[in-house]
Amino acid sequence: MNQLIPPFDFERVFLAPWTQHFELTFWIVLMGFLVATACGLVGNYLILRRMALVGDAISHSILPGIAVAFLLANSRGTTPMFLGALAAGVATTILIEAIHKRSRVKQDAAIGIAFTSLFALGVILISLYASKVDLDQECVLYGEIGFVTPLTQPVVTVGGLTLGPVPVVRMAVVTLVTGLLIAMFYKELLVSSFDPALAFSLGINATVMHYALMCWLSVVVVSAFEAVGAILVIAMLILPGATAALLSQRLPVVLLLTVVNAALSATTGFHLATWLDCSIAGAMVVMAGVLFCLAWVFSPTQGLLPRQWQRTRTNTALSAPEWIH
Amino acid sequence: MTRSLKFALPVLFTLCAALASAHADRIGDLGEVTIREQALRFVSLQDPTVRYAVLGSVLLGITCGLLGSFIVVRKMALVGDALSHAVLPGVALGFLWHTSKDPLAIFIGATVAGLLGTVVVGLVQQTTRLKEDTALGMVLATFFAVGVCLMTMIQRLPTGNKSGLEKFLFGQAAAIGPDDLQLMAVVTGLTLLAVFVLYKEFLVTSFDEGFARASGFPARVIHYTLMLLLAGAVVIALQAVGVVLVSAMLITPAAAAYLLTDRMNRMLWLSAGFGMLAGVAGAFFSFLGPSLPTGPFMVLGATAVFGGAFFFGPRHGLVTRWWRQRSRAQRVQRENTLKSVYHVLEGRQFQGEGVSLRELAERRRETVEEARQQAAELCRHALATLHEEGNLIFLTPAGWQLACAIVRNHRLWELYLTNAAQIAADHVHEDAERIEHVLGEEVVRELERRLDYATQDPHGRPIPSWADLRQGAAPNVRPDDTVGYGSSI
Repeated sequence: MNQLIPPFDFERVFLAPWTQHFELTFWIVLMGFLVATACGLVGNYLILRRMALVGDAISHSILPGIAVAFLLANSRGTTPMFLGALAAGVATTILIEAIHKRSRVKQDAAIGIAFTSLFALGVILISLYASKVDLDQECVLYGEIGFVTPLTQPVVTVGGLTLGPVPVVRMAVVTLVTGLLIAMFYKELLVSSFDPALAFSLGINATVMHYALMCWLSVVVVSAFEAVGAILVIAMLILPGATAALLSQRLPVVLLLTVVNAALSATTGFHLATWLDCSIAGAMVVMAGVLFCLAWVFSPTQGLLPRQWQRTRTNTALSAPEWIH
Repeated sequence: MTRSLKFALPVLFTLCAALASAHADRIGDLGEVTIREQALRFVSLQDPTVRYAVLGSVLLGITCGLLGSFIVVRKMALVGDALSHAVLPGVALGFLWHTSKDPLAIFIGATVAGLLGTVVVGLVQQTTRLKEDTALGMVLATFFAVGVCLMTMIQRLPTGNKSGLEKFLFGQAAAIGPDDLQLMAVVTGLTLLAVFVLYKEFLVTSFDEGFARASGFPARVIHYTLMLLLAGAVVIALQAVGVVLVSAMLITPAAAAYLLTDRMNRMLWLSAGFGMLAGVAGAFFSFLGPSLPTGPFMVLGATAVFGGAFFFGPRHGLVTRWWRQRSRAQRVQRENTLKSVYHVLEGRQFQGEGVSLRELAERRRETVEEARQQAAELCRHALATLHEEGNLIFLTPAGWQLACAIVRNHRLWELYLTNAAQIAADHVHEDAERIEHVLGEEVVRELERRLDYATQDPHGRPIPSWADLRQGAAPNVRPDDTVGYGSSI
């Protein structure tokens, strides 16, 4: 056990990364923040629509899309990867709908069947073409956020100005566009998430919104893929949004809290990983989980403790003698 | 939906084609002989590795199929998915216990972690506003992340030997050893026992929890018993299928069985059978080539079974349903044609010879070409014969009988609606048009009895009587016409 958990050293865990390895630390934390923000913002709408597990499904079934794109384009270029991911995302959505609307299989089972089949296909493709597809199965699952720094990645420069490593810049663009899209289609997303019938009467096509959301989800997932891997993307999709939902009931506040949550879990997660010397993406998710637990227990309106306290107070007040006249 | 299906199919075909070509490539690499030798080695079962793999896959298929049926009908299919990810920290801790691959320690650790996961899902749902899907996804992700952290920490240990752990990700049936097999047999035995002994309890709590509680079944205890068994099944499946795809072994065979039957006991049999089939198929295909993972092939096997049930299931299959609808529509079309022929004949008091295509077309307000097609369709079913270069229709005895029966159904129903339901005579035609094709013989006799064997419909036209039908021949059939000119069309 002593070997497993290294001794806690404030200097090593909190100060050294920022003073000695600033270049590494900054980009990794920034990448974690961007991934958690983009995923969290989209994830909020998944939670509202009770489609959290569709996000899970898409984050898995993107694998064959990427594998096929690699095989066809023969490169790790961004465009084929995005196109493959989009195609896979749409295919998953259509498959799920086809299975559960065209037969008596329920939606949950349909999700399970669709994404496992596609994921299996992806794993087989990759293992058959292991030499041609430069894709590590484990990397696909876990991701490696440590490789996003300028030390291992080419750097984007625009007009002499150094912006940063390619994956981080790409993720930043995706995150910004996510924010913009949500701002632009705020009303449409809101109405179609809460009340599809009202959306229809307002002239908003809920089906189009559904597919658009799924497409954008695929784009976000594939860009987050490299950093956190397929399975931890689902954590980033659900955890920040779920934590925010425990703290507020107003969507704008929830969206804002999601961003704050993303920043907190990225930073604390990085330090946790430095301390325990473990997977950085994993530690970020663990911290997001810890934040959720905190909100679950202490949330002022819905937390376990405040509610318990309120109940005790009400009971005491009711049983107080002065109430009985 | 039809449109989205049209989109989905090409995508699927492309993927399948990609897979097929991938396979071909592989076979080319290996050489024909090796594949055949490997296949023979597998089929002959002489190799102990193969025997273990096959036996393991069979046990796994049975356990997952049985338990999967219950979670599919409980609409908790994705609990399997959440469980399979949630067991990871347990696997890591169990591994740490002996710093080696001790199946029992890993099994206990994983089962405890899995159960803990389901308890947390239940708690989150009970105490917050978050819905089931969010709770499941959250537990899945957080537990998995803890597992990932633990695994990376274990790999760093000087004593750590991670070789066994990697197999848990994608599964390798060939890695199943005698120890694992013992564990699988125990879990399968327990599952069979539980399903056999607690069948009624599982059944009632699955379909009507309120009723189960009211009848005094401890619904929560049964729920967690199922979860415990499920966690056990997930853990034994991990080794063969891998973390990500365990849920497929739970969901897909059960969903396929669900499409084929309405009875729970049959569903359990079918589902266990499908699970076994998929398991052995997966073990077989992954055995053919070096470093081919077992899990994905098992899953694709299960998906193929599901696809078969989805498209060709006798009752709910997509193709079956389409075919049934098509043949029904064709029958209705034929009956309407026959009815029109009857009307033409009736219009000239059953005089004259046959019905020309032109008359039929006028009656049906269609082109002669369309009438010709319909006449040909009648010929194909031996309801009519065509004469004079296919321009004259003669009904065969069977055709005449059917035509009479349809007209009779129509007119009896009209009469019944006007007499019994007091509907105006000019409003009953549309309804009779629809029902004439589905009235059974029994109902018609009952209608006749209730209408006092009336002979005229509300519009004053005669109703063909039972005797007309039994007479068996159209008044204008040429007796010598057994094989008409057009019957070869």
